[in-house]
Amino acid sequence: MKDLVKRLTSISSPSGFEDEIREAIKSEVKDYCDEIRVDALGNLIAVRRGTGPKIQFAAHMDEIGMIATDIDEKGFVRFSNVGGVSPHRLFGQRVRFTNGVVGTIGMEKLDDIKELNLDKLFIDIGATSRESAQELISIGDCATYLHGFDDLGQRIVAKAMDDRIGCAVLIEAMRRTEQCQSEVYCTFTVQEEVGLRGAATSAFGIDPDLGIAIDVTGTGDTPESRRMAVSLGKGTAIKVKDQSVIAHPKVKQLLVDLAERNGVPYQLEVLTAGGTDSGAIHLTRDGVRSGVISIPSRYIHCPSEMVDMIDVEASVKLVSLVMSADISEALQ
Amino acid sequence: MLLQELSNLDGVSGREDEVRSYIYRKASALADDVYFDAMGSLIAVKGRDKRGPAVMMAAHMDEVGLMVTSIDKSGLLKIDTIGSIDHRVLVSKTVRVGKDKVPGVIGAKPIHLQEPDEQKKPLKAKSLYVDIGAKDKDDAEKVVSRGDVAAFDTKAGVFGQGCFKGKALDDRAGCSVLLRLLEMDFDLPVYFAFTTQEEIGARGARTAAYSIKPSLALVFEGTSAGDVADAKEHKQSTKLGKGPAITFMDRSVVVNRPLFTRLIEVAESEGIPHQLRQMTTGGTDAGPISLSRTGVPAGVISVPCRYIHSPVSVLNLTDFENTVKLASAVLRSIATRGLPSQ
Amino acid sequence: MKLDQFLERLCTSSGVSGREHLVSSVVSDLFTSGEARGWATEIRSDALGNLVIRKAGSSPSAPKVMFAAHMDEIGLIVTEVKDQFVRFDSVGGIDVRVLLGQEVVVHGRRDVPGIIGAKPPHIQDENERNSSVKIEDMAIDTGLPADELAAQVSVGDFISIKRDLTALRNSHWSGKALDDRAGVAALIECLRRLEGYSHAADVYCVATVQEEVGLRGALVSAFGIDPDVGIAIDVTHGSMPGLDDSEAYELGKGPVLAIGPQVHPRVLERLKAAADEAGVRYQTEPSPNPRGTDTYAIQMVRDGVPTGLVSIPLKYMHTSVETVCLKDIQETGRLLAQFVISLDSDFVEGLKCCFKS
Repeated sequence: MKDLVKRLTSISSPSGFEDEIREAIKSEVKDYCDEIRVDALGNLIAVRRGTGPKIQFAAHMDEIGMIATDIDEKGFVRFSNVGGVSPHRLFGQRVRFTNGVVGTIGMEKLDDIKELNLDKLFIDIGATSRESAQELISIGDCATYLHGFDDLGQRIVAKAMDDRIGCAVLIEAMRRTEQCQSEVYCTFTVQEEVGLRGAATSAFGIDPDLGIAIDVTGTGDTPESRRMAVSLGKGTAIKVKDQSVIAHPKVKQLLVDLAERNGVPYQLEVLTAGGTDSGAIHLTRDGVRSGVISIPSRYIHCPSEMVDMIDVEASVKLVSLVMSADISEALQ
Repeated sequence: MLLQELSNLDGVSGREDEVRSYIYRKASALADDVYFDAMGSLIAVKGRDKRGPAVMMAAHMDEVGLMVTSIDKSGLLKIDTIGSIDHRVLVSKTVRVGKDKVPGVIGAKPIHLQEPDEQKKPLKAKSLYVDIGAKDKDDAEKVVSRGDVAAFDTKAGVFGQGCFKGKALDDRAGCSVLLRLLEMDFDLPVYFAFTTQEEIGARGARTAAYSIKPSLALVFEGTSAGDVADAKEHKQSTKLGKGPAITFMDRSVVVNRPLFTRLIEVAESEGIPHQLRQMTTGGTDAGPISLSRTGVPAGVISVPCRYIHSPVSVLNLTDFENTVKLASAVLRSIATRGLPSQ
Repeated sequence: MKLDQFLERLCTSSGVSGREHLVSSVVSDLFTSGEARGWATEIRSDALGNLVIRKAGSSPSAPKVMFAAHMDEIGLIVTEVKDQFVRFDSVGGIDVRVLLGQEVVVHGRRDVPGIIGAKPPHIQDENERNSSVKIEDMAIDTGLPADELAAQVSVGDFISIKRDLTALRNSHWSGKALDDRAGVAALIECLRRLEGYSHAADVYCVATVQEEVGLRGALVSAFGIDPDVGIAIDVTHGSMPGLDDSEAYELGKGPVLAIGPQVHPRVLERLKAAADEAGVRYQTEPSPNPRGTDTYAIQMVRDGVPTGLVSIPLKYMHTSVETVCLKDIQETGRLLAQFVISLDSDFVEGLKCCFKS
């Protein structure tokens, strides 16, 4: 599974530019579903046909990134953010455009660090003039962090674990689940980082009875961190609430019951800032009971996001259990 | 002149009546059918029975403005903003209040009577008031009521060399583009949506898209041109005289790449001057339209305007004409080549 | 059943956004086995827990009118259980400044009473003492030892504010969650008045969920019902020192009708006419920024819904001493009932045609 995560996290596909990651995921899942389609916004939907209620799983394919907004006469590239990119994590970073061009982020002089914002930064692609830069990239082109995957043993670190780890969990669960008691729609969504957009339109089309997003969540286990009762290595995180959704109590209970009955280590999660695809799914049409299975992660939205394989494995198990369980209790 | 007539009409978000009536009169004579939705958006359909993908062309009728929140005992009107207005542009301007367009002025303490540091602090809308010359509250209530809206009192017209000034060019410029397109014929079904309440959350576009169910949408806006004194080159976003501005991304939409590419291709092959909207901030009707039902590829083409969301904006008339040209060329391209595909 | 008794039952029930089932039962029991038996044709809950109480209209092509009042209240949620204390975050727009010294109930394995405390002033330094305490620095004291606490309370448990409903002078009532249980009470009053009446319109009184965290219940229930007219019944700011009459309304002077982009002009006209027909005194509220109530959500559902907003004046919003005048709730119920009686299909036709002129 680590190889799968390495392959997925190595691809640069920011929100709105998901072509490459979509092709990669398509080849991973095509043998584990009955039907595969791509909708108008670019969501990849893999269906396991069945007779029971409809479950929609959602893991987002997109990652945060940077978009080129101007190229100056010396060939320096000004940029804006695609999703939650913080200026404090950028100076000195290596980045890669979706067409493969590599650059590094520089900064204007600052008298006070409080003045730092994206306007004070630029990408240097090593061009010597506007013209030579324009041969490499255009305004409107997108880039992501350029950081490789590292295996630290029990823990692994890479850029874009948010949410390639969720995609990997969903793919692996599809591989391991023989029989489903529900009709299962595995959606690899687009544009989550810019507003849960792909989840909204895919859910409208699917009209599921139950929605489960698979995404990362934060932890409170690093020195002097913000308080959060989630730690790496303590199991999959069953979300109670974040800013976008309050998990339906029956869905939360279903997840807790399945975890307890099957010896899957889990922790309960409240995320004070942040949202997931379930935020959009649960408000589709006349409402969808929804929850979230989260993989605890340190340093979210930084170039080196870290997860623990115990938690990843537990998440795969729980997703697979939901696919093969009778979920009618949660729908009453 | 279309732009002039439209700019001079009042249509603050939620009270777009005057603009809607004008557009209804014009559109009824040109379209196959005109209908309204519950939010007051006007949809004019042309070529409904033609073969081809349904395309939605959208522009918003509303403008930013003010609402009278109370009338004090001396007859002065307290106000708050509808939509996003830089509070610093309000003081010392003239407005028209309510259906009867009662003239009023937004007063301020004379400079002679201000403390030295008062000059430095901008005044928020809630501490400003509109003076209509009333003696007292009863006198004021003869002509205005709490809840009335007020628009900037600006006379539109040509300006400088090849430019045009007026209020609400965001988005009467877009509405004018649509009305010009309605005069033409295209070989596919086109839904011209004149939306309401864009300035307070792109609300009318959401309901309009739901009823239209388009395969593709193009939004026509008046977008901020930052080519003004002292603005740094890379923060100007768009410039007057460089043609319609094509959006690749804003806060509400990442424009579908094949659609974005088609827009550039068409502009280039038709020799229409054009530029990119380089700023990625701000949202438009394209946001909610792109998320309607199962999703719609949506793009934005804008006429660059200086000083939007203030009493008077400026655009370049050649940019406007080129926007009309580009819009009609894109529609023809979809009719002959079909929708842009992945 | 007296309205004040019912209001008390509503307000002392717990129903934090996302966990409205307790207060939902209080309302549905009233209609299935309590004093309101027979007032409604049908009661159901939807996927997110919105409680939909329908009273059928007499006409087969009846216009559908939806009234929405939210039953959820702002509250807190457990983020950490450590040693003898419970750390928490807010659910909805809690004013953090009013929390210190507040009694609460933690809904764990059982209901656990608690008190919100923080570092006492004499061990704080000067700077700390002069600024408001942040929510991260507060903790709930349950008086239980650590192991017992851990057995009863978990991360993700919801916490509600504990406050009885207090009768003040002049039919004023004060307590928590009057935003918007006062509105729910107005819906019940409306159905009480419609009992025995035959009316063309099909009425859906919806006690919505999760308004305080983003108007979520109203959005999905309106999609499901697809009404011809939608009216939210919520609360607005009551007069108090520091607010002028552009921002606040007097208690006891009747319901407040909003004017603004989220209100369809014909719906507002009909509300005013119904008020005049029934002799209900009302006030009007200019509302330039429409975002704060269920109306904002209902208006943009599907291809749009003509909407209106009726508010009950309420002092000290989002504290645990919210104060309303019972008469305003009664008059709101009366207004809604008259509105229903006056509705016919011609009115609904007119809602779209009015844009032509």
